[in-house]
Amino acid sequence: MSVLIWLIPVAITMGALGLAGFLWSLRSGQFDDMDGAAHRILMDDDEPLPGKDTKSDD
Amino acid sequence: MVALDATQSGLAASGGVDPQAFVRRREGLSELDLMVRGATCAGCIARIEGGLREDDRVEQARLNLSTGRLALAWRGAPALAADYVRKLGRLGYPATPYEPEREADPNREEEKRLLRAMAVAGFAMMNVMLLSISVWSGGLEMSETMQALMHRISALIVLPAAAFAGQPFFRSALRALRVGHVNMDVPISLAVFLACGLSVWETFIGHGQTYYDAAVMLLFFLLIGRFLDMRLRARAGEAARGLAAMQAATANLLEADGRIRAIPARDVKAGDHLVLAAGDRVPVDARILEGEGALDGSLVTGETAPVTAKPGLDVWSGMLNLDGKLVLEARADRDNSLLAEITRLVEAGEQARSRYVRLADRAARLYVPVVHGLAALTVVGWLLIGGEVRPAIINAIAVLIITCPCALGLAVPAVQVVASGRLYREGVLVKSGDALERLAGADTIVFDKTGTLTEGRPRLVDADGVPDGALEMAARLARTSRHPLSRAIADAAGMGEAAADVKEIPGGGLEAMVAGQRVRFGAARWLGIDAASDPHTEAWLVVGNDAPVRFCFEDRLREDAAEVIAALKARGCQLHLLSGDRAGPVEAVAATLGITDWQAEMQPQDKIARLEALKEAGGTVAMVGDGINDAPALAAAHVSISLASAAEVSQAAADFVLQGDRLAASVVAMDVSRGAKRRVLENFGLAAAYNAIAVPMAVAGLVTPLIAAIAMSASSVLVTLNALRLARGGR
Repeated sequence: MSVLIWLIPVAITMGALGLAGFLWSLRSGQFDDMDGAAHRILMDDDEPLPGKDTKSDD
Repeated sequence: MVALDATQSGLAASGGVDPQAFVRRREGLSELDLMVRGATCAGCIARIEGGLREDDRVEQARLNLSTGRLALAWRGAPALAADYVRKLGRLGYPATPYEPEREADPNREEEKRLLRAMAVAGFAMMNVMLLSISVWSGGLEMSETMQALMHRISALIVLPAAAFAGQPFFRSALRALRVGHVNMDVPISLAVFLACGLSVWETFIGHGQTYYDAAVMLLFFLLIGRFLDMRLRARAGEAARGLAAMQAATANLLEADGRIRAIPARDVKAGDHLVLAAGDRVPVDARILEGEGALDGSLVTGETAPVTAKPGLDVWSGMLNLDGKLVLEARADRDNSLLAEITRLVEAGEQARSRYVRLADRAARLYVPVVHGLAALTVVGWLLIGGEVRPAIINAIAVLIITCPCALGLAVPAVQVVASGRLYREGVLVKSGDALERLAGADTIVFDKTGTLTEGRPRLVDADGVPDGALEMAARLARTSRHPLSRAIADAAGMGEAAADVKEIPGGGLEAMVAGQRVRFGAARWLGIDAASDPHTEAWLVVGNDAPVRFCFEDRLREDAAEVIAALKARGCQLHLLSGDRAGPVEAVAATLGITDWQAEMQPQDKIARLEALKEAGGTVAMVGDGINDAPALAAAHVSISLASAAEVSQAAADFVLQGDRLAASVVAMDVSRGAKRRVLENFGLAAAYNAIAVPMAVAGLVTPLIAAIAMSASSVLVTLNALRLARGGR
């Protein structure tokens, strides 16, 4: 059972991180335009993809 | 943004707004907010933003698809604004400038606060469940110490979370108690406090069962209900503001040196000289200094016949200049104009309406004494039977927790959100949740005539009776003019070419040379024709020396008016017609539609008096209207419906706004409202059934925290599912 001493704080910390993330996204206005965000993902990027020769090795 | 129809007739009239008046300068950038219509998809966003960014000077172009607002910023002169608006028009998205709100919207702030509280409650609920479930399932194997540890960690999570997330309820309960009332938030707050208090006591002193999870679960479910309710109100308010913004008013100020400058209408001061072009609305109450022509006052007075404009005449804000340029002297600023007087009457009406008690609050009045009485009886009963204090108090608290109006708090907002979402798709904007309740109860419906039952503008009658070619010839001239009779001709003839160099003679008509012939189209008096009938419903065409051709017009009924009247009669509603127009046309409309109870030449005060009389007689009155003169009556009625082409102040006063100007949507609104009321009552029934099972168990001391958690979440899910049935169109 002693493993719980670690597991419980880890679980709660992860939950708290999620909560903090949500509060941050709320504050930074990411929920202001729900419909627009859903559509923007479908928009094509105007820039053509970089060609093979310009690609940096990674 | 849904259903903001580009065909709204009222918008055509506001086409003359100069966007430059709305440009703000900041750090070398010019900024402008625009309301864009017709944007619905990713392609629209790309076209609008991409199209504007083609211009290198544009620094920022960002469209909010939910609200239809476009924030635009560019380097350079404010005068470019007009180019960008024209560009949007060419792309197929008509845009209107508007003034963004200066201070933060309180509804939006409240919405965010509730969302934060909901997030915290949700987080706490999930983490505590993790601990609680392990205690419940591991009960026998788990050592005493481990259980105590679990409870302590739960306390650590729940107590701060409840203190934060419960604030909306605690504050509202405190407010109610201070004025000696009891609302739904009182038992909610009490249940949260007692659940936390009991659990803390059991954790540190008693070593029994704890209710930490119940406390945060209660808050989480109730906050969902509260948030939905607030979201509904905020969204409706936003959409209503959008509509109002699209009717943004500007005025053309004539400066001492003869230059003309566009300014927002609210910046006009008494004594300013203004220039009013044909097709513009009078921005403030004013007196005519120069110019002649005709003014359309139908939105202000309900009268269809235009007013003849001449120097010295007093005109009212909201009137539409039909032909000829007028120079006006403002008699009052915007806040002291006729509109302000109307607004005061509207506010008086709205105060009276705020006395309406919502169904949920009525339920709360019944609910609170019953629940608290039960809890008191439980204590007394257990003391009498067992004589021990501890089980008596624990069971009484269990009663309070289990009866906490979780389902009740969700029952009403869930139904209202689903109902208004459905109406939104049908093109009806709902301003508030309780408007649905009020409309469901309406049994007397009062209509305005001009612009509501009728289209509010003249239409050509008997187009087939006009000699060949005459209509097309008239249309060539008419396409260049904004006079309603010209518009009617242009509508009847459809698209086509327009004559060049058409002269518009104020108060007379149109004149041009077509194929070497002098063509004139206008009033009989101007053309020297001896006609005795009403000059406002006919116009004459004279080509060269040919005999004059007569065109007749009438303010036609809306296509769906008869259908709507019949449908409302079938639903058992009593119908009335109150109009500011003269008796003749009102009687004709009433006779055609089969409305027996009609009154004409009503002033706004008369309309209110009539509504009060109907209310006295015991009716629940719904008012349907559109004009500025209807606004006070809209506010005075129990519930009111307005159209998207209606005056700004009427839309503000109404509970429902019909988009796209389809009157038939009012019948849908009625049906959905009645359906919603049935759903709410069913949900109350479900909540009552739940309590009928759960309360005896709690009184008997059989409720454990596990049973409480299952029962509360099950009943909440049940009422939400029942509310969702409304979305499928079932009744």
